[in-house]
Amino acid sequence: MYTIEYQKPKSVADAASLLAKSGGKALAGGQSLVAAMKLRLAQPGTLVDLGAIPDLKGIRKEGDALSIGAMTRHAEIAASTEVKRAIPVLASLAEGIGDRQVRNMGTLGGSLANNDPAADWPAAVLALNATVITNKRKIAAGDFFKGMYETALGADEIIVAVSFPAPKRCAYAKFPNPASRFALVGVFVAQLADGSVRVAVTGAASSVFRSAPLEAALAKSFTADAAKGVKVDAAALNNDLHGSPAYRAHLIAVMAARAVGAAG
Amino acid sequence: MSISIALTVNGQAVSADVDPRLLLADFLRVNLGLTGTHIGCDTAQCGACTVHLDGRAIKSCNVLAVQAQGAKVLTIEGLADADGTMHPMQAAFKECHGLQCGFCTPGMVLSAIDLVNRHPDADEAAIREGLEGNLCRCTGYHNIVKAVAAGAAAMAK
Amino acid sequence: MGANETGYIGQSLRRKEDARFLTGAGQYTDDVTMAHQTHAFFLRSPHAHAKIRGIDTAKAKKAPGVVAIYTGADLEGVNGLPCGWLITSVDGTPMKEPPHHVLAKDKVCYVGDHVALIIAETLDQAKDASELIVVDYDVLKAVVNCADALKPGAPQIHDLAPGNQCYKWAIGDKAAVDAAFAKAAHVTQLDIVNNRLVPNAIEPRAAVASYARADESYTLYVTSQNPHVERLLMTAFVLGLPEHKVRVIAPDVGGGFGSKIYLYAEETAMVWASKRVNRPIKWVAERSESFLSDAHGRDHVTHVELAMDKDGKFLAMRVDTIAAMGAYLSTFASCIPTILYATLLAGQYTTPAIYCEVTAAFTNTAPVDAYRGAGRPEATYVVERVVHQAAVEMGIPQDELRRRNFIRTFPYQTPVALLYDTGGYDATLDEAMKMADVNGYPARKADAAKRGKLRGIGYASYIEACGIAPSNIAGALGARAGLFEAGEVRVHPTGSVTVFTGSHSHGQGHETTFAQVVATRLGIPVENVDIVHGDTGRVLFGMGTYGSRSLAVGGTAIVKALDKIVAKGKKIAAHLLEAAEADIEFKDGKFSVAGTDRSKTFGEVALTAYVPHNYPLDKLEPGLNETAFYDPTNFTFPAGTHICEIEIDPDTGVTRIVNFSACDDFGNIINPMIVEGQVHGGLCQGIGQALLENCVYDKESGQLLTGSLMDYALPRADDVPSFKVSTKVTPCTHNPLGAKGCGEAGAIGAPAALMNAVLDALAPVGVKHFDMPASPHRVWRAIQSAQANA
Repeated sequence: MYTIEYQKPKSVADAASLLAKSGGKALAGGQSLVAAMKLRLAQPGTLVDLGAIPDLKGIRKEGDALSIGAMTRHAEIAASTEVKRAIPVLASLAEGIGDRQVRNMGTLGGSLANNDPAADWPAAVLALNATVITNKRKIAAGDFFKGMYETALGADEIIVAVSFPAPKRCAYAKFPNPASRFALVGVFVAQLADGSVRVAVTGAASSVFRSAPLEAALAKSFTADAAKGVKVDAAALNNDLHGSPAYRAHLIAVMAARAVGAAG
Repeated sequence: MSISIALTVNGQAVSADVDPRLLLADFLRVNLGLTGTHIGCDTAQCGACTVHLDGRAIKSCNVLAVQAQGAKVLTIEGLADADGTMHPMQAAFKECHGLQCGFCTPGMVLSAIDLVNRHPDADEAAIREGLEGNLCRCTGYHNIVKAVAAGAAAMAK
Repeated sequence: MGANETGYIGQSLRRKEDARFLTGAGQYTDDVTMAHQTHAFFLRSPHAHAKIRGIDTAKAKKAPGVVAIYTGADLEGVNGLPCGWLITSVDGTPMKEPPHHVLAKDKVCYVGDHVALIIAETLDQAKDASELIVVDYDVLKAVVNCADALKPGAPQIHDLAPGNQCYKWAIGDKAAVDAAFAKAAHVTQLDIVNNRLVPNAIEPRAAVASYARADESYTLYVTSQNPHVERLLMTAFVLGLPEHKVRVIAPDVGGGFGSKIYLYAEETAMVWASKRVNRPIKWVAERSESFLSDAHGRDHVTHVELAMDKDGKFLAMRVDTIAAMGAYLSTFASCIPTILYATLLAGQYTTPAIYCEVTAAFTNTAPVDAYRGAGRPEATYVVERVVHQAAVEMGIPQDELRRRNFIRTFPYQTPVALLYDTGGYDATLDEAMKMADVNGYPARKADAAKRGKLRGIGYASYIEACGIAPSNIAGALGARAGLFEAGEVRVHPTGSVTVFTGSHSHGQGHETTFAQVVATRLGIPVENVDIVHGDTGRVLFGMGTYGSRSLAVGGTAIVKALDKIVAKGKKIAAHLLEAAEADIEFKDGKFSVAGTDRSKTFGEVALTAYVPHNYPLDKLEPGLNETAFYDPTNFTFPAGTHICEIEIDPDTGVTRIVNFSACDDFGNIINPMIVEGQVHGGLCQGIGQALLENCVYDKESGQLLTGSLMDYALPRADDVPSFKVSTKVTPCTHNPLGAKGCGEAGAIGAPAALMNAVLDALAPVGVKHFDMPASPHRVWRAIQSAQANA
């Protein structure tokens, strides 16, 4: 690991100003960042640890939406009765992230800010049309994810919470990479409160994306068969050891069908 | 730069000035000499470095020592009673032959205890799934799974 | 548990070593910290194949904390790393042995090749300094696939090995095989790739080297399966150090599976450097370094043909194999795809004529050497895949075809050099079929079909040659070392015993199993026996642990030493009891005069040996300490049948193992619990090879694509089922324990059983063959291409 400076502010405002001043990186649970630093793939200079800021924690029902603090750990979300009551699929998604130890450290905000192309949370945020609330603004899910490991966040912008509007129904189906257990393909299907259908796919391309053909098919008929019948275009999909674009395209339809089946 | 940290490790208060890039695993192993916590990979996959941080299993090679400021850490060395009586999970691993080379064992045992704490009634499938953060290359997991079930039963007593 | 008629033999004693492993009190190499210790980091080649025009370390040497930096040019007088087995080509020429420098001199031959050793006060400082080293590379074209390496026009890796060929070796009677094929009613043939694996013991390799100026001695703590061999090779062949001045300690070792047999560049360079810097040096591999630089396993490309008569009786087998050696010859690389592979191609069958050609190729990859099973899984895979396919083509049930060809008369001389002393192949097949409930399989398959799943069942009836090895035979086959084992039994004055063994335990539980043997033979409580291993400063000598040899060879050496203890004890007892030595019997820990009730306990005799007041000092030395070396007269031949049942989800290509049954014959068993554990672990590694693991280098750049656990899939708890295991016993005929060895069986039988099951499941959709691993992607692709070709 390269040399780092370390700060642990008590407030979001302090954290933002430390980030602005140092040009460093925010440290949430560190499950991706510390790993990257260890391999000398990341050289943040200054780490601003968000672990001591009370405002970033907590799970609240706010009207029809569920607000989850950015520093809430995956394991806390998985175990939360509030989440299980409001949008239980988020609890089961959280329970499927990484492994026990990673879930005990990793956070919702950290995962979103990192925007790993194979992470689970981006699929939920995008499909549920959630709002990412930062210290500066509210960002619609559709505007948040910009590309591989890229988001709309500014250098001194910190995710405070994510507001998930309760959908009519939704589900997430993940096909794990046999080695890393990250999503080789993960598909989050949702029928929102207004009846519209959104399908977000993770793991398959350079960043999470919405599948227009699946959304169109499911808008017509929210059934597994409808999903399975969609021919997903393989053109922009990832090609690696674990799956060709054609395999990923095939899996997107299969996982979408399974998700629709689970969504009921 | 160095940062002052104070935490509790195996019930004992410890404090130190540490380089912020020091990993919790190295703090335990090098600074405190608690070498029962092992390091088996560099991508947070193998789980050999698992310890409890405030009662939850985490991978200490993927956490900075400074992140453990103020926390309670439990390592394999702190698991048995003061008189040497093993924790029921340790005893179950011995009884069921849930270890061979012993290298993954400390992490496996601590992970298993966390698993059982959250899911006391886990069946075989749930135990297997619940151990996904820990790799063992010796046992084929067969006897580890048996040990965790036996350990869970003993912990319930 | 006490010592009864058979003592502790056959009892599942809980392990002595567990107390320390379960409480964090184990002492692994990385747990060793020395005063004034420095840290080493190796700068490795980022290129698969390149000339080194120059290395500039000037800036790096001035970096904070740097103690020293060495490159190949500094290692004046240091020889290359040796290969311990000479294979001779069919044309009579010796295999090509290109120099295997400890640190690269003028070129690098694989990604991860060692370029410089940086020693600094901290590891981070060493790494920081390594980034300041400037290496001027002239990058060359690389070749990573062993079959490609032999093709005309392939990049030439070593001047010494034209066409990248290390050797071309053959075994068997080619004329007889050709004649048999000419009259065959049916020939089944397959092209098979045995996938390259990375061993991945959970403890990465590590070393702590130190030097003492006062007596010019070196101490090396190292993750080794055979510290004496490590010392011998390092001192005699590479560094030219006096052997008695080097102590090698392999403390607790966190798994080996072959990968810790070899003499590696890292510890060799560190021992050399420890004198130069006159400070202890520690190095611990990071997992990504393990992927790059541990010796890998398997990596064969094979064409096999099996000739049968109209009833499915095997007439002959012809095998052509290309085996990867990697960039350089690792310690035992050359003998794995020859002596430990081709000699096993008879399997459990009476195939009268077998001919096998093996071409070994250099590639721009990490060296390849023994990995759990070492040659024998590859042989079993070839034999059992072709037998499976033959049964399919002949329309003969899998068990029936095997039975028609089983060897049933022993000793049996195979056409590929080995003499099987004993076995019972029907018994293990029968039992495995019962365990697998083969009778209920059709109903289960039908049920799976209703659920849209493809179900399959696969058999592997394997044999292995263990207990390596009779030194004279090994020597005739090219071994450059003996393969005996040594043991020492030290009886203390009060009758407790410390045993020193040349075998090494890195998970196998020798401290328990060997103690059971000793306690039983001496009729003393097992608590009174401790086993010491892994230290050249304490153990007289040893060849170490690999090839499932510890009990059969190392255990027998101890038994031979125990025989001497008992013989001497009888002499002492005869004196004490005023009887003739010939009348003394030793049983249940007592020396008695036959037909009387006069006796002396083992403890009394031990005390007398050390307090020889009433003692035949004119005829007998005091003390009770005996050593023995044991050189086996033959290999041992564990064998068995593994049956795997799987279900495939055709939508995703996911294969789920629903049942895995293994019935093995390991000869006599000392501790069934430990043996079962060995089988479980072996099965899991075999399943890993067949289902998950695959080491892949990029064809163009030679970069390792599976360089971490993020891309190389190791089996996790939920990838494997609980196993059904059992044993049948035909005792080995030529060692006193009747033991054959059990460490590798699982890894040998499982891949073929699993792939045969996968191909059985996929037969209805038109898939005849595809190569391991049966990962979801590859299974799906196999289905797709079968459907496209249908």
